Amino acid sequence: MPSTSEPRSHAEAAVEVRGLAKRFGEVEAVAGIDFEVGEGEFFGFLGPNGAGKTTTINMLTGLARPDQGVIRIAGIDCSRNPKAAQHLMGVVPDESNLWPELDGFENLCFCGALYGMARRSREKRARELLETVGLADAARRRFGGYSKGMKRRLTIAAGIIHLPRILFLDEPTTGIDVASARHIRRVIADLNAGGTTIFLTTHYIEEAERLCGRIAFIVEGRLVRVDSLANLVRDVQDRRVVQLALGRDPAEMLGPLRQTFPGIEFEPVTGDALRAHTAHTLPLAPLIRFFEERGVDVTEANVIRPSLEEVFVCITGVALDRMRKEKEQSKRDGGVT
Amino acid sequence: MKTWIAVWNILKKDMRTYYLKPPNLSWGIIFPLAWTSMFFIKSGSGFGDIRAILPGVVALSILFGTTSMLAVTVTFEKKGRSFERLLLAPLPLEALMLAKTAGAIVMGVANAFVPMLMAAFFVDLSSVIWWQIAAAVALIAVSSTFLGLFIAVSVREVFEAQTFSNFFRFPMVFLCGLFFPIANLPVFLRPLSYALPLTYGADVLHGSVNGTAQRPVSLNLVLLAGFCVVLFLISLRNVRKKWIT
Ligand SMILES: Nc1ncnc2c1ncn2[C@@H]1O[C@H](COP(=O)(O)OP(=O)(O)OP(=O)(O)O)[C@@H](O)[C@H]1O
Ligand SMILES: [Mg+2]
Repeated sequence: MPSTSEPRSHAEAAVEVRGLAKRFGEVEAVAGIDFEVGEGEFFGFLGPNGAGKTTTINMLTGLARPDQGVIRIAGIDCSRNPKAAQHLMGVVPDESNLWPELDGFENLCFCGALYGMARRSREKRARELLETVGLADAARRRFGGYSKGMKRRLTIAAGIIHLPRILFLDEPTTGIDVASARHIRRVIADLNAGGTTIFLTTHYIEEAERLCGRIAFIVEGRLVRVDSLANLVRDVQDRRVVQLALGRDPAEMLGPLRQTFPGIEFEPVTGDALRAHTAHTLPLAPLIRFFEERGVDVTEANVIRPSLEEVFVCITGVALDRMRKEKEQSKRDGGVT
Repeated sequence: MKTWIAVWNILKKDMRTYYLKPPNLSWGIIFPLAWTSMFFIKSGSGFGDIRAILPGVVALSILFGTTSMLAVTVTFEKKGRSFERLLLAPLPLEALMLAKTAGAIVMGVANAFVPMLMAAFFVDLSSVIWWQIAAAVALIAVSSTFLGLFIAVSVREVFEAQTFSNFFRFPMVFLCGLFFPIANLPVFLRPLSYALPLTYGADVLHGSVNGTAQRPVSLNLVLLAGFCVVLFLISLRNVRKKWIT
């Protein structure tokens, strides 16, 4: 009989986090975050290096003990007993950490056994998964001899061998070629379509944009925004972004540019080019004239579709700036008193 | 049931990939062989002394066969991070630790049989009390494996585990009454002897082979079992504290 004492919202959330915090000595890795991931959702967890993404995953999956806060996985309180919900979770860590001396097939079977799968079902599933991740031909080769991309693919297969309800992926496609990455994304998308809840961290913004339904941004251990992809992109849709290809490095012209066009943000990009962002209309003619007057040829001007990348840079940049200022402020205050 | 599938497969994998590897196996034979020959040559009195040194050689074979094993099965996997997968598995930590140590215990017991078999070729062992030897061998294997676990939990690098275990092992050779009685030790070292589990295991072995035990067998075995339980509980606590950071 289904329990009725459990509030509905708890039963529905695959992951629920309240006031989660963790510090390593001086470093406040995760500084009290709250969020929820719905059952069946594809949730993105983005942030710059060292923001606290891996630390959060480690706490959710039972590899790290939170200093504070509540974690509920599929309604099960894991704050006290981090092992309570591990049977529901699959984890693909940021490093491919299978057993180098076992071959591909043995690694998958062993991982299945760790989750209590019977011999026949784990062997069957291992064979299927080796096909799925394109490693059937390498099934009998040692994991230690795999290439980086092959290791990554096997690690993903190992994370899903036991058909977890919730899958945590820590940068699954980092450091592998385009075709493999695309293949992996398809595998993950299929899993989600089949009902698996996905928690993904990645540094590839397009990846998040293509896959995630909702995204949380974490900066220096704090969540600065959690929103649906549609809402996030709507924010930047009105923004105009133009990329100008110049004959030379625009670095020294940034100062005068910002003075002349105060409503526009300028950002140099590789290949002697410059990006101009604004929320208003972009005065293209005056811009080009500005460069002509200085003897710089504008060889190309491209309008760029604003994407999640702009959202990311904007959100994390603004948040970082604000946090730095707050820190300086508190230091100054501390110095006075 | 699910836990048993996991435990059994961890043990099987460790056996296959670490314990039953040729270097490890030959080590298990060469080591007791070397100890035995060394003491033969030193005493120079031939086969008559075999019975006198057999308990010591058996105990050393177990001690050296087990303590360094955990440096491989635990420290090595910690370093390669595959150990994290074991911690992520829905398996009680107690079961995980037993799975990771069971292989070393089995190897320790197997190592004890090498000097026994060798001795059986040269001297008459019909008067030894076998059940006592079996109990002592099993408990020495368990306690020294857990000592290895204790060390493996405390260090990061494989070489540290090895250095640290030698720090324990070599003094134990002299302090536990393996080759000469504890009564011959300087008085200030004796308390140390009684704090080491191997002392009690060695006493049972001496009693069962030569009839020269200092304490009743049951007392020795109970104390040895106590050491096993305490070492396991300490290691478990350390594992909770240090591995789930
Ligand atoms: N075991 C640890 N000991 C000390 N500090 C740690 C430890 N783990 C993480 N940190 C610190 O906590 C902060 C967050 O690290 P974390 O690995 O969670 O970041 P991340 O968002 O995953 O970064 P990346 O994108 O580079 O993977 C960092 O400042 C890091 O140095
Ligand atoms: Mg990380």
